[in-house]
Amino acid sequence: MTQQLDTTEIGAARGRVDARAKVTGTAPYAYEHHVDQATYGHLVLSSIARGRVTAIDATEAFAQGGVHAVVTHENAHRLADVSDGELAVLQSDRVGFRGQIVAIVVAEDPETAREAARLVQVTYDEEPHESVLDADSPDLYAPDQVNPAFETDTDEGDVEAALAEAAFTVDAVYETPVQHNSPMEPHQTVATWDHHDGRDRLVLLDSTQGVHPVRQTLAPLFALDPQQVTVEAPFVGGGFGSKGMPHANVVAAAIAAKHSGGRPVKLPLTRQQTFTLGGHRTPTVQRVRLGADADGRLDATWHEVVEHTSRVKEFAEQTAVATRLMYDSPNRRTSHRLHALDVPVASWMRAPGEAPGSFALEVAMDELAVATGVDPVELRVRNDPASDPESGHPWSQRHLVECLREGAERFGWQTGVPPRSRREGRWLVGQGVASATYPLNVMPGNEAEVEALDGGRYAVRIGAVDIGTGARTILGQIAADALGCPVGAVELSIGDTSLPFATVAGGSAGTTSWGSAIVAAARALRDEHGASPAVGAVARGVQPENPDTEQYSIHSFGAHFVEAHVDAHTGEVRVPRMVSVFSAGRIINPTTARSQLLGGMVMGLSAALHEETVIDPSGRMPNHDLAQYHVASHADIGHLEAHWLDEVDEHANPMGSKGIGEIGIVGAAAAVANATFDATGVRVRSLPLTADKLGG
Amino acid sequence: MEADLTWRVDGVEHTLAVDTRTTVLDALRDRLGNTSPKKGCDHGQCGACTVLVDGRRQLSCLGLAVAHDGSEITTAAGLVDGDELHPVQQAFVDHDGLQCGYCTPGQVCSAVGMLDEVKAGHPSAVSDDLEADVELDEDEIRERMSGNLCRCGAYSNIVAAIEEAARA
Repeated sequence: MTQQLDTTEIGAARGRVDARAKVTGTAPYAYEHHVDQATYGHLVLSSIARGRVTAIDATEAFAQGGVHAVVTHENAHRLADVSDGELAVLQSDRVGFRGQIVAIVVAEDPETAREAARLVQVTYDEEPHESVLDADSPDLYAPDQVNPAFETDTDEGDVEAALAEAAFTVDAVYETPVQHNSPMEPHQTVATWDHHDGRDRLVLLDSTQGVHPVRQTLAPLFALDPQQVTVEAPFVGGGFGSKGMPHANVVAAAIAAKHSGGRPVKLPLTRQQTFTLGGHRTPTVQRVRLGADADGRLDATWHEVVEHTSRVKEFAEQTAVATRLMYDSPNRRTSHRLHALDVPVASWMRAPGEAPGSFALEVAMDELAVATGVDPVELRVRNDPASDPESGHPWSQRHLVECLREGAERFGWQTGVPPRSRREGRWLVGQGVASATYPLNVMPGNEAEVEALDGGRYAVRIGAVDIGTGARTILGQIAADALGCPVGAVELSIGDTSLPFATVAGGSAGTTSWGSAIVAAARALRDEHGASPAVGAVARGVQPENPDTEQYSIHSFGAHFVEAHVDAHTGEVRVPRMVSVFSAGRIINPTTARSQLLGGMVMGLSAALHEETVIDPSGRMPNHDLAQYHVASHADIGHLEAHWLDEVDEHANPMGSKGIGEIGIVGAAAAVANATFDATGVRVRSLPLTADKLGG
Repeated sequence: MEADLTWRVDGVEHTLAVDTRTTVLDALRDRLGNTSPKKGCDHGQCGACTVLVDGRRQLSCLGLAVAHDGSEITTAAGLVDGDELHPVQQAFVDHDGLQCGYCTPGQVCSAVGMLDEVKAGHPSAVSDDLEADVELDEDEIRERMSGNLCRCGAYSNIVAAIEEAARA
């Protein structure tokens, strides 16, 4: 049990403190900062999937005038560490995927840089390549672990024997495509080299989810102490995981600034370039086998995953991990296999693992409901485990059943209605349900500083980043309650490596990790300086270890209810209504929390209906823009409701809160797929749920 | 090649020489330092760069600056009246119609332009009667705002904000 704060500000619906700056457009994002003497970079990307660069001719590029440098593998600043294949930018002639950086143009203005980049002539020695995932490839391999540090395979009991004896079974293959995070602000960096305290210093303005992680990653590449790298990210136009770790573009900006005559380099990615350089969600092929008794109680759960990884750098998405604890099933087996390809580097995208994995498991559960004749809501209730099946630990709280019950009531869930039995005009109407879960992740090592100012005010400092989550607003609320002062008395500073160390805005871990550090700093100030500290009194706090995370299984849960309409003639799918209920501990700020939960649901709906990046046999991503990689627009989103249970999880952290950034997307696509089955009687097992799969 | 151009941006007249390849968006951002309109795609696919050109909403990444000599351009930064936010901006704040904020200035400008189109009686693809006055319900707002993507998924709140601003 962690010592809980007395809450006054926590739980209050506060408006976003940076809303005014954002609605006027005056909040400055990375590229938008004025820097004196700026130069502009533009990247040249490889047009082959595998091979070597044999020659680069920059004659025409330089003929433009105003071109300061064309940086290639032949002249690029040498990195001190090239062990990370993604970040070893321009360190060799090797090409590992189509769309990899092969040159950087630095010019006086953006137009010149872009045109010159077009004129750089690159000659290749092309080698045979593979770019399309094949779940039956003989080259599949088991990674040492899956993201971030889960076991690759698990095997409990005798799943094959249990399946053989089961009254009802499901055995099906589910597929999810490559998806792209596509934050509205493309990745962009402003890099400057200068001297500070007699040493070289790299100064970055970056669009990132973590300023300290960028510092920690880039410093060794350039043989610098971390203190020689400063990173600022005051405003970030979304990330969804794609800015969770620095990608090659950040290294490219730092290298480019080694070739710009000491001037800053502004290096924005084009939208198209973000598709190959900003990370993506791996495609998955998932075989799920379920075995249940006559009442629908699971006895066997077997979830096998095949996904791709880049030969340049391994990323193994933990797709089947949530299946290990989602339902009570004495016999369980999960596995992950990778197909290494000559493709861009896969990385984090909102709820890596849970998002694609829940599509397979939750559609399979719907299939089991059909097979057993048990209502899909009731089936999930019957299989709710009393303790964590994987660890054996008690749950801190597991209120999935309450989410299912409340959601069913709010939605108006109908039982006993057969598929393809409701119709409104040309629309076939169906309902679908799916469960969601997401772990309480805690990123260790956060620190915060509190300083007493005059007039009863306090400065609170931590290097956290607000990527749109509302952190800038809610960390002030947490600090206010931790200090016992009004929220207006808190002056919060975030987004800068000059502030105390903070971990990434990712894994739904920000509020827990940063908030715990702020609470520790506030308590330290009170312990060291009393209730009325002198002006200038300062205290630092380090996020304490929470022993409860070892003794309890701490997760958020949720249940989605979707109404789908499918055009009886064309197969077009519309979702007029979605109601979701979450159990996520204490909600710190109902205003920003609701927005974040809705945002996850929207991204889940978008994945259900639209999103699919094609990687063709040539290694290209031909639909690499926002017209061809469609993400949900206003007209795609109907009436949405996000509700939550009024609760506190005292095992989670001093705020009693759990993460909410990702739970909204988990299970959402499955709920849509299950609703389209109910509408049509057609079971679609691959995303997105496009008309061609449902029509006819 | 450069060309001279004079335009008014957020009420202030500017005369500048621009590269003939420069878009309205880049001229605003890189030449005038007005970064209120955002670059999300540079291809007219996301709406983040939406500004009002002579009162009509327009994607500033799809226009060349040299083609806008004499234009009156309003960005979200220029919609404020002193310290007062424009009613559409205030409604976005009140309904939390934003998260990361990168699409927001474009959403705001698009909404302001859209509400004027509605007042002028312009129908949309979901209007039942092309001749009648527009009844601005949720479906009309969604249809008319679909050129402005929001990856944070703030759509529900944006629609609520615009409904309120339309009533004001």
